[in-house]
Amino acid sequence: MHEMGIANSILDGVASEVRRRPGSRPVKVGVRIGELAGIDPDALRFAFDALTLETELQGLELDIEYREPRSRCRDCSQEFVVRNFELQCPGCGGSNARVISGDELEFAYLEVEDDEPCAAGRKSPE
Amino acid sequence: MNRVPLEGKVLNENARLAQELRERFRQHQVLVVNLVSSPGSGKTTLLEKTLESLPPTERVAVLTGDLQTENDANRLKRYGFPVKQITTGTTCHLDARMIEKHIADWDLAKLDLLIIENVGNLVCPSSYDLGEAAKIVLLSVTEGEDKPLKYPSIFFKSELMVLTKTDLLPYVPFDVPMAVTNARRVHPEMEVVKVSCLTGNGLQEWLKWLEQRRQAFLAEIKPVAV
Repeated sequence: MHEMGIANSILDGVASEVRRRPGSRPVKVGVRIGELAGIDPDALRFAFDALTLETELQGLELDIEYREPRSRCRDCSQEFVVRNFELQCPGCGGSNARVISGDELEFAYLEVEDDEPCAAGRKSPE
Repeated sequence: MNRVPLEGKVLNENARLAQELRERFRQHQVLVVNLVSSPGSGKTTLLEKTLESLPPTERVAVLTGDLQTENDANRLKRYGFPVKQITTGTTCHLDARMIEKHIADWDLAKLDLLIIENVGNLVCPSSYDLGEAAKIVLLSVTEGEDKPLKYPSIFFKSELMVLTKTDLLPYVPFDVPMAVTNARRVHPEMEVVKVSCLTGNGLQEWLKWLEQRRQAFLAEIKPVAV
């Protein structure tokens, strides 16, 4: 259960980005997590919500892009998604594939709203 | 609404610190290995046997992590090598900050090998880089041979799998070739050493692995070490 620490680090990342953008309010943060990173997405969401509850970041949305590991065949260079660690290459049938990604734990994006909304953008199209 | 790209790792601060540690270890030519396993797989016992086998002139130190108690450090201090306990309180893994803090008063120039015994946990330690050169995962034969598939992240990141408690093989239905196959499905280059700390079988092979890894490490950092 280290998702609390991970959630805390995500919020640190959000806070430092927001400091660079005075007058903006974070709405949603996107992260990429590989299946091999050893992070449980549900536990991470739970920790994230618990940490933001009754803070100025309450309601900040967490968008997790959960990525399956990918492999590349060393014989025919085909890349494929690995499921259940079946490493047999769907291209040539060989078993000389290596996992090349899947342990990501990285930021993707931050969505922010400006606190002082641009008047033109707020006008309803009447 | 404005979407801005965010760069970098989530555990940015840990990654930065781990990289600093890695640089320091390389400068002082200290091979650092990070031992990870479930609780009770025999990390401390393997370390006891390791320290017992080494001549007192070896320049080895140990950091051992647990949530509570100094028990492991007390077990390991008997062999005369520098040993420090890291008690994490409630944290289920070691992180780079804890390593930095606990090696602060050690002179790295006087070490060749630093062994870090992580908190017993197959999941969380895999996310935290400690600046080590290699992660080593232990799997005891009283666990399931499908553990590499159930907890792939740590097996994916480890160079060596040490199968421990092999003296129990006659009494437990553990399929060694299957365990090795499973580990190599996750990590095809996985090296394997089989050890019984009770009979001493395989200990020499383990010590040889450490020595060869150290030689490989020294060869790798040669351009750095002027």
